[in-house]
Amino acid sequence: MIDLEIVVANLPLYVRGTWTTLWLTFASLALGLVVAVPLGLARTSRNPLINYPVWLYTYFFRGTPLLVQLFMIYYGAGQFAFVRESSLWPLFSQAWFCALLAFTLNTAAYTAEIVRGAILATPVGEIEAARALGMSRRLVLRRIVLPSAFRRALPAYGNEMIFMLHGSAVASTVTIVDLTAAARIVNSRYYSPYEAFLTAALFYMALTFAIVGLVKLLERRWHAHLRPLAP
Amino acid sequence: MIRRLFLVAAAVAWFVAPGGAEAREWKKIRIGVEGAYPPFSWINPQGKLEGFDIDIAYALCAKIGAECELVLQDWDGMIPALLAKKFDAIVASMSITEERKKKVDFTDKYYQTPARFVRKKGSGIEITREGLKGKKIGVQRATIHDNYLTDNYGDTVEIVRYGTQDEANLDMIAGRLDLLLADSIALLEGLLKTEKGKDFEFVGPELRDPRWFGEGAGIAVRKEDQDLKKLLNEAIKAIRADGTYDAIARKYFDFDIYGG
Repeated sequence: MIDLEIVVANLPLYVRGTWTTLWLTFASLALGLVVAVPLGLARTSRNPLINYPVWLYTYFFRGTPLLVQLFMIYYGAGQFAFVRESSLWPLFSQAWFCALLAFTLNTAAYTAEIVRGAILATPVGEIEAARALGMSRRLVLRRIVLPSAFRRALPAYGNEMIFMLHGSAVASTVTIVDLTAAARIVNSRYYSPYEAFLTAALFYMALTFAIVGLVKLLERRWHAHLRPLAP
Repeated sequence: MIRRLFLVAAAVAWFVAPGGAEAREWKKIRIGVEGAYPPFSWINPQGKLEGFDIDIAYALCAKIGAECELVLQDWDGMIPALLAKKFDAIVASMSITEERKKKVDFTDKYYQTPARFVRKKGSGIEITREGLKGKKIGVQRATIHDNYLTDNYGDTVEIVRYGTQDEANLDMIAGRLDLLLADSIALLEGLLKTEKGKDFEFVGPELRDPRWFGEGAGIAVRKEDQDLKKLLNEAIKAIRADGTYDAIARKYFDFDIYGG
């Protein structure tokens, strides 16, 4: 029924694909997080000049499919001569850079909204108490608001990590040989979609399992104060 | 109660009964086509399918006296979709190769053209083992061209695989690739003769080695549909004989596409 030989013979291809998927996912998550924290803060601002542009950005990147964004960057950029002649072309001509850029912008938009939600959910009493102790706005942000916001954001961010891992499969459409592309190559050589994609699915599940475990570990640390006391 | 059980059993039996048990009359033939491979198959600005493959498909259906339903399918899922009965035949410039014959049956060829490399004018790339070293070569995934490159140059060149030939052409124009390898006619009509393709040219010999490039393009059917294969083979002969084939070919090509 299932031809294991195909899977075994192509394991190196799957392993290379997994590595590509991993670094693409985690590099864009890391870069996206760095961008998202200031953006999330900006989204809580009452100044429309700060708030509105960021709202537009998150609205665009959450309102369009990741695949469309990637195609716009990969094929769209190559269409214009001024892009091809610019000094940035060596970067834009690389598929991995286009994918990294699209993924980073995409995950940053989602994460910014997660951060905003977590900040807005800060109990007013905590801020009032900190102000009463004479902390400056900046210090309140650094010591009270952000640390507690990160704690609250963790479960939602764990989901975002998993979405990004699965979303990274669209990299296979722009010639990057990630886990999905590895499966497509195997499928197209042997015309055995079941073996090819089931193997990829197992790899993805293992990666997801690892992410879930990582988030659980972080939750145990960061949410230690929420756990019931040991008897 | 018993009667209800019986009804359920009958319904289940009807569902799982082997489809091929009754002799099929081919009143309607569903044909898988690609739609991203000019001049053989593409979608025109009005959103309709056009091209040599498309006209041939309609002509064959007309000859058989069956209704034609064209089904658009991505190239690399073409054979799995045929096996999954999403359609009954593939008319998509599919080369007849030993590898594919393990999964499906082919009719006689309906055309045959060689494969060639394309380079940018003035790039000076030569098609030798040395000349190709480290070059980025774009091909459509799961094609005879992909297999040829993988088997012969897989260790020395960087093979960049695309879902459609159109995407490979786009990236060649954008400067992401050093070379393209594909069917010479698809490259000629889809790239070289277009406005954006004027900076590119053929390089190297015409590639025809049957070990990779097969015996020409045929129509793929499921192995159990021998009756359909027979009908299609007769229809190919008939349109070749009565001038329909030549009339279609003249619409797209100014040379003999059928080959040898």
